[in-house]
Amino acid sequence: MDDLLDLDQVIERFDPAIGLEVHVELNTASKMWCGCSTAPGADPNTQVCPVCLGLPGSLPVVNGKAVESVIRIGLALNCDVAEWCRFSRKNYFYPDMTKDYQISQYDEPICFDGSVDLEVDGRTYVIGIERVHMEEDAGKLVHGGATGRIHDADHSLVDYNRAGVPLMEIVTRPVPGLGAEAPAVARAYMAHLRELMRALGVSDARMEQGNLRCDANISLAPKGRTELGTRTETKNVNSLRSVEAAITYEMRRQGAILSSGARVKQETRHWHEEGYTSPGRSKEQAEDYRYFPEPDLVPVAPSREWVEALRATLPEPPAGRRARLQAEWRFTDLEMRDVLGTEGALELIDATVAAGASPASARKWWLGELARRANESGAALDDLAIGPRQVAELQSLVDAGTINDKLAREVIEAVLAGEGDPAAVVEARGLAVVDDDSALSAAVEEAIAANPDVAERIRAGRVQAAGALIGAVMKQMHGRADAAKVRELILARLG
Amino acid sequence: MSLTPDDVARLAALARIELTPAELAKLAPQLDVILDSVASVTAVAQGDIPPTSHALPLVNVFRDDVVTGSLSPDQVLANAPDAEDGRFRVPRILDEEA
Repeated sequence: MDDLLDLDQVIERFDPAIGLEVHVELNTASKMWCGCSTAPGADPNTQVCPVCLGLPGSLPVVNGKAVESVIRIGLALNCDVAEWCRFSRKNYFYPDMTKDYQISQYDEPICFDGSVDLEVDGRTYVIGIERVHMEEDAGKLVHGGATGRIHDADHSLVDYNRAGVPLMEIVTRPVPGLGAEAPAVARAYMAHLRELMRALGVSDARMEQGNLRCDANISLAPKGRTELGTRTETKNVNSLRSVEAAITYEMRRQGAILSSGARVKQETRHWHEEGYTSPGRSKEQAEDYRYFPEPDLVPVAPSREWVEALRATLPEPPAGRRARLQAEWRFTDLEMRDVLGTEGALELIDATVAAGASPASARKWWLGELARRANESGAALDDLAIGPRQVAELQSLVDAGTINDKLAREVIEAVLAGEGDPAAVVEARGLAVVDDDSALSAAVEEAIAANPDVAERIRAGRVQAAGALIGAVMKQMHGRADAAKVRELILARLG
Repeated sequence: MSLTPDDVARLAALARIELTPAELAKLAPQLDVILDSVASVTAVAQGDIPPTSHALPLVNVFRDDVVTGSLSPDQVLANAPDAEDGRFRVPRILDEEA
């Protein structure tokens, strides 16, 4: 295990600099160079063709929608868009690419020189964007052998469904001067990108699915020195929590090395979810990729008219939108923080409100019962088999007094089980609350008779004692009653 | 240009070609001749000839984002040296991942 220096001492002695390389898988229907589907979850090698298998004689043709998506992302990151740029071949030997090269962009990225303003704990940080370029994803390897770990493998199995899926890389400039905030700022940057990709509609941006992947460069320089220290590049950082934890870990590890008088080795490291990094290939032996302009593809030269037309399609910037929605929904800062802290909740609540529910009820369902169920099943909130329209319908049934909250949870259960929309479930299961006054009155009489002492206290003016009787009535009615109405009946009878 | 056998050894390693010291010594001057020949193009092409990486004077050749279908599993694996569970089976590869 590595020696680690306390973070306080790291900050006291060193200035950290971070740089993030983020890969984003675009959500186009077809691949970058061919018409194979990009839909996830297909059987292995069922979405491949001569182009993405790199068969001799096949020729790639650029997916125009992917170029459009990358330009929109570049514009949203305040980048300049190249007037003319080319693709390049990045040569390497690894079975995740059959061609023995990846088509990428090298010295002519399509977008460059951007910046992002991030607000973290009331302070604004400016992150410089060096470049945004287009490339293609690689296939997936499964390592055979007893444990699935590569060191024990005697062979690997390759699925090329992902090979050729449009990928984009967003590279920041090194960001010095963040001090103790470096991990939190990196996390905020990833959260910003995720939100931006979804707002633009260019990527599903699910980190757990690998749509958004982060490599984190970290270096420490002795306090007061302007030149950057030796950096490490930590790969496999695939959740917001991991971004923060991996950067903190590397700062503490490098701090311990430098404090002991030794030097940090420039290398690639791998993040492990257990909470540590381990060395990968060392950069001294890194491949020479021998980039050269891709002869199979012609250059991309976005006209200024096209770029401006795409700029006009940019959505409201996420920070402005968040502030607007919070004001419209009348959420407190604390409530809004809960919403933003739950992946997908903002969009779901927005859509639920658009479908007619009140903001408070939309928040209650998505962050309460539905978040709990998503959590239990390990699914993302927007992966649940219930959508904004159904939640709004559920709430309208509650508002109309057709069902109460308890029955609503039963309805959710049924909707998730595929029994149909809320109104149909209420109908099919006969779940509506009993609105029949005679049945309710009978239950109230019964509860009063069974609890004479409670009834006496209510008569004596102890209105809060009604809770016990309401409970008894609800039990008698198997939960199918409106608690407010029951309370009304009890108080009228005993008042 | 003057390529050394060490330069050639490095290029050979990058291209996964195994060469003996005798072959390296023989190939270095031969590759030099090729590089010098190509370099003469640089001498001829002055500022009036823009550098080019493509034979066609075209830009922006795009396709629509439409799914057009893929090969059948049998076709996909027809030329695979080895396969298992619908996947290509390859010798184990070390060094890329931890």
